[in-house]
Amino acid sequence: MTFEQIVFYFFSGVLVLAAVVVVTVRNPVKAALALVLAFFSAAGLWILLEAEFLAIVLVLVYVGAVMVLFLFVVMMLDINIAELREGFGDYLPIGGIVAALMVVEMAIILGPRRFGLAKVPVPQAHGATFSNTRMLGDLLYTTYVYPFEIAAAILLVAIIAAIALTMRRRPETKYQNPAEQVRVQRSDRLRIIRMPSEKKG
Amino acid sequence: MIAAWFSLWGSLPGWSRILLLNLSKIVAITIPLMLSVAYLTFAERKIIGYMQARIGPNRVGPAGWLQPIADALKLLMKEIIIPTGANKALFVIAPVLSIAPALVAWAVIPFTNHLVLANVNAGLLFAMAITSMGVYGVVIAGWASNSKYAFLGSLRSAAQIVAYEIAMGFALVGVVMASGTLNLRHIVLHQQGTGFWDWYFLPLFPLFLVYFISGVAETNRLPFDVAEGESEIVAGFHVEYSGMAFAVFFLAEYANMILVSALTTVLFLGGWLPPVAVIPFTWVPPLAWFLIKVSTMLFFFIWFRATFPRYRYDQIMRLGWKVLIPITLVWIGVIGTVRFFTPWGYLFH
Repeated sequence: MTFEQIVFYFFSGVLVLAAVVVVTVRNPVKAALALVLAFFSAAGLWILLEAEFLAIVLVLVYVGAVMVLFLFVVMMLDINIAELREGFGDYLPIGGIVAALMVVEMAIILGPRRFGLAKVPVPQAHGATFSNTRMLGDLLYTTYVYPFEIAAAILLVAIIAAIALTMRRRPETKYQNPAEQVRVQRSDRLRIIRMPSEKKG
Repeated sequence: MIAAWFSLWGSLPGWSRILLLNLSKIVAITIPLMLSVAYLTFAERKIIGYMQARIGPNRVGPAGWLQPIADALKLLMKEIIIPTGANKALFVIAPVLSIAPALVAWAVIPFTNHLVLANVNAGLLFAMAITSMGVYGVVIAGWASNSKYAFLGSLRSAAQIVAYEIAMGFALVGVVMASGTLNLRHIVLHQQGTGFWDWYFLPLFPLFLVYFISGVAETNRLPFDVAEGESEIVAGFHVEYSGMAFAVFFLAEYANMILVSALTTVLFLGGWLPPVAVIPFTWVPPLAWFLIKVSTMLFFFIWFRATFPRYRYDQIMRLGWKVLIPITLVWIGVIGTVRFFTPWGYLFH
């Protein structure tokens, strides 16, 4: 076994194990952390493929931002695990059929006919100065510029929709406008009144 | 004797020699870093002391110089208490997750033109990705402690770091646009010229400010330290930590401060380059310039702490989302437009 193979089997082993933990562990926070580990192992595999930009961005976006927000939500959930497990027997047949279908579909697509070693050649190794990032950028902003911009527009619409759906002015919030606070003058808040001094007794 | 050592070295297999060399390089970075962390705490206490017209620690050793060592020994002696109901494994692993990214990111920091552990092409992205993982230590610590104060602290930290990381990322986009590379060493070399007027902090001044402010926020330092917020939530995410487990969080915070200062130096302040490329300045070794710049940025961190009151939580969110991110977006537009549509493109190299 070459060193690369050892690294590959290590990362894929950890990846599969972490993925299994995500769906089997009872505690949702631990499941989210296992998912982080899975992302990390996947990033390791991509580095092995010399796709360093994708690997680092996977860590940056999914581990650094998305999963933090996930954890943020999951940590605040008060989930009763026993209740979740109650209907397990009822859902088993349907779930089993769906899972079997997915396995069959994946077997059709990912089988040796399309993804066999003969179909996918070993990626060509590049020198240390080869910039994967530059190649991706060249492709993304020339050949695929329209799909890229359409995807960006769809995401923007999604952002606006999400904000529009959740934004509402609640009357009880004590929101303060900082500009108003900065502009405030003495005359707005302070009133000096003249009072005669106490009479001598 | 030396000849015997060399023959022993020569008889080792190739892979073990690489391993040993790299390990010794890592040790050569980590040990000075840990010492600087210890003495940064001392410097902070002294500087804030003088700013508040007192003298700071001055009892242990000559003029207080052994104070950080005494602190470390004291913390080592203390018991680590694991609260009942805490998730033990996560409770113990949280400080480790907090300090590991703060140390790993040093792998790509170029100290001088030749002194860098790993000169990777995507070094800037690597540093960003690794530093973005530091939040897990805080979040997990808060959750695993089974304490409401700690939990509130970790939630605050998570929201804050996600907000400021976007501003930070956009600020770095400006640097990448100006230099055209993600390699930290090449970013510094692009700033080489006749003096400090060629460094990126001038053409990218708004991004420089945004980056440094976000850096202060990402390290949970004052005025952005709502994750600790001792007047509101006792000590935030590390309420339940004692002894060395607490000290590791402490070390991570200071190591992150040094890291952000080093990254600011590399990206905006010309790394190891002298401020003016003429004789007396070029005599000073490059590493010294790097360290001087990093120390200056660290001084700002401490100065902020002594000067500014803590932000309110809604003010932090407003500053991140409504002020810093729009500034970076506008300046990215300015860089792009000026570079490609006007004759002043040389300003951004």
